[in-house]
Amino acid sequence: MIEIGIFILSFSVGGLICAVCQLILDNTRLTPAHILVGLVILGSILTGLGWYESLIKIAGAGATIPVSNFGYILTKGALDAAQKDGLLGLFKGVLARASAGISASVIIAFFITLIFNPKE
Amino acid sequence: MKNINKTKDEYKEIVKNEQPVVEKGRNVLRAFLVGGGICLFGQILWDLYLYLFDLSKQDAGTLATITMIFLGGLLTGLDIYDELGQFAGAGSLVPVTGFANSMVSPALEYKQEGFIMGIGANLFSIAGPVLTYGMVSAFIIGALKNIFGG
Repeated sequence: MIEIGIFILSFSVGGLICAVCQLILDNTRLTPAHILVGLVILGSILTGLGWYESLIKIAGAGATIPVSNFGYILTKGALDAAQKDGLLGLFKGVLARASAGISASVIIAFFITLIFNPKE
Repeated sequence: MKNINKTKDEYKEIVKNEQPVVEKGRNVLRAFLVGGGICLFGQILWDLYLYLFDLSKQDAGTLATITMIFLGGLLTGLDIYDELGQFAGAGSLVPVTGFANSMVSPALEYKQEGFIMGIGANLFSIAGPVLTYGMVSAFIIGALKNIFGG
């Protein structure tokens, strides 16, 4: 039995995050780079408050596909490791959960850049 | 243009009239539909991986994210993703596919400047700030929670 609700929620929550960012882009002088950095910091703060995890439970990929999820995995890694190892854990943990996403981004982006050539 | 000597206000007026009208409502709708569609696709992959492979929920989600990163990068290499960006704005910027695009696109553009300062440096022209502030923010939030509990 496929749960249909999660598909509707991932679409609408993910779409809503993008729509809000589009409003900010159209009505302020902020650039796409500002938007991405802002989303990551927002994701980080919401993780600190314990809200981002709830959002993922509700919206699934609607919360994990937007870039704010980087803020979540970075902060979640830091929080989990800090509980175990204190200050050292903060440093050990920041990239712990984010490793897969960041490593994949860098490695995949490198090889794709290698294979393709810029358009004329 | 009879008179080239315009006052500042007159000039501003002319510029305003000549600028393309930003159709904000249309832009928001496009961002919502494309952004939502990309997230929905991610959700479908997530459920598919859970069904196909013997993975934890978290690992299946991570694999879905990596797939999306690959697709975003590939479509950038094929020169499709930037076209999509023209149409969808934040709808293609905000999902992780857009993060992959922000790495591949400038790196491709400066590829001819070589492996180090061309590809290597430009992969991080936007990803660099994102990761820097993400990590600093994660550290600060982690430190605050450790000090004040909670």
